[in-house]
Amino acid sequence: MNYVPDFTIVTDNWIVLLRGLWVTIQIWLPSIIMGLCFGFAIAQARLSERKWLSRSTLVYVELFRDTPVLIQLIWFYYAFPILIGMQLSPFAAAMLGLTLNTSAYASEIFRGGIKSIHRGQMEGAKAIGMTHAQAMRRVILPQVIKRMLPALTNRTIEVAKMSSLASVISVHELMYQGRLLSSTYYRPFEILTAVAFIYFILIYPGTFLAGRLEKYLARSN
Amino acid sequence: MNTQPILEVKGLHKSFADHHVLKGIDFSVKPGERVAIIGGSGSGKSTFLRCLNFMETLSEGEIWVDNERIGVEKNGRITYPEKQLCSVRERLGMVFQQFNLFPHMTVLQNVMEGLITVKGYTKQDAHAVAVRELAKVGLSEKHDAWPGRLSGGQQQRVAIARALSMEPEVLLFDEPTSSLDPELVGEVLRVINQLAEEGRTMLLVTHELGFAYHFATKVIFLADGVFHEVGTPDEVLKNPKKPRTQEFLRRFSEFAF
Repeated sequence: MNYVPDFTIVTDNWIVLLRGLWVTIQIWLPSIIMGLCFGFAIAQARLSERKWLSRSTLVYVELFRDTPVLIQLIWFYYAFPILIGMQLSPFAAAMLGLTLNTSAYASEIFRGGIKSIHRGQMEGAKAIGMTHAQAMRRVILPQVIKRMLPALTNRTIEVAKMSSLASVISVHELMYQGRLLSSTYYRPFEILTAVAFIYFILIYPGTFLAGRLEKYLARSN
Repeated sequence: MNTQPILEVKGLHKSFADHHVLKGIDFSVKPGERVAIIGGSGSGKSTFLRCLNFMETLSEGEIWVDNERIGVEKNGRITYPEKQLCSVRERLGMVFQQFNLFPHMTVLQNVMEGLITVKGYTKQDAHAVAVRELAKVGLSEKHDAWPGRLSGGQQQRVAIARALSMEPEVLLFDEPTSSLDPELVGEVLRVINQLAEEGRTMLLVTHELGFAYHFATKVIFLADGVFHEVGTPDEVLKNPKKPRTQEFLRRFSEFAF
């Protein structure tokens, strides 16, 4: 192998990669936050005693879990506009796809978590006069989150990585910029290595902090 | 003495699917009364207690607290607004067989929780009340312990302190010692006894017949979903009139020594 890596191509174009990173963050954080909130609401619906509500949300969850994310993103960009008669920007389509996909996964995590908390906890909270919402917020959710933290961390990481799929509908995020640069300069080795490294730098601090938080929450065990 | 009942039950029925558990119960509690409810397992005594503070929804019947009918009639159907149920549960404190302490909060936080979240106390005020109630149940040294590190008897005493902190008018005990090791039962019963001496109004579902005898002003033997026999501890536990009650008590004394 006599290939000589030349990373000046990366340092010369760092502003382009940085712009891509910023777009990645703009997709990642809102879609994970909205996905978690929406997922929590869906979990409530899934656990509802009203059959029509729990069944229709089950269909929703299965549709998103049993189809590839790549297809979901492309579908929201090319097919969904035909349904609603309005063109979506690539960014909006990616955001919509990732948020809804995340909500489906997160709802299953929350549902499992809420079910795993003993019924007695809800009764203990209600017995001192708490409303259902207060009991959820003060008693059930803190325990659910503690139990679900590893799964939620995982999902957050997954979404950061899935956001790179948005490049196929030409959202100008990190992966898109990387591919563009590597095909412009024919230097895939340097540029794609740098892109992978940037993803790592983006994601690692989160997993590190989540690990610390997990330890902190485990103190009552 | 005030002879108005605090709590009144009229024609209470409760079914779980096809299983008719409570079959028409009329009942009232006056301030200062201590009622022990006994009966075989599956007789519906816990279900009865849990209906009083709406841990179970009634299939039929009325519950009155402080002369107020609980529930709102709407188009011929009775509904139970959450706000009203919360207020009922605040007034009728409950202690569970399984304690149901919040494992992610310390002992002190468990007792402060209702005061802050439900009653809107400041942290300092809630802290003062919690310290007082924990002293009453003899757990002043355990403020910062996690519930999971305590013995069953200690956990149950925290649960009693938590119920007391809300200053309920009536305390409902649902088999408070049934999940405890025998040597831990005494410490919990002593706390309940101390509350009796304060003149608190209490309902106790229990298998501890000896304690029921000393504790109660009224004993109810529940069987087949109805109040089979009701009377003073002497009447029901020492001189039961009905054969069914006699049979139940005989089984309890079978292995006495």
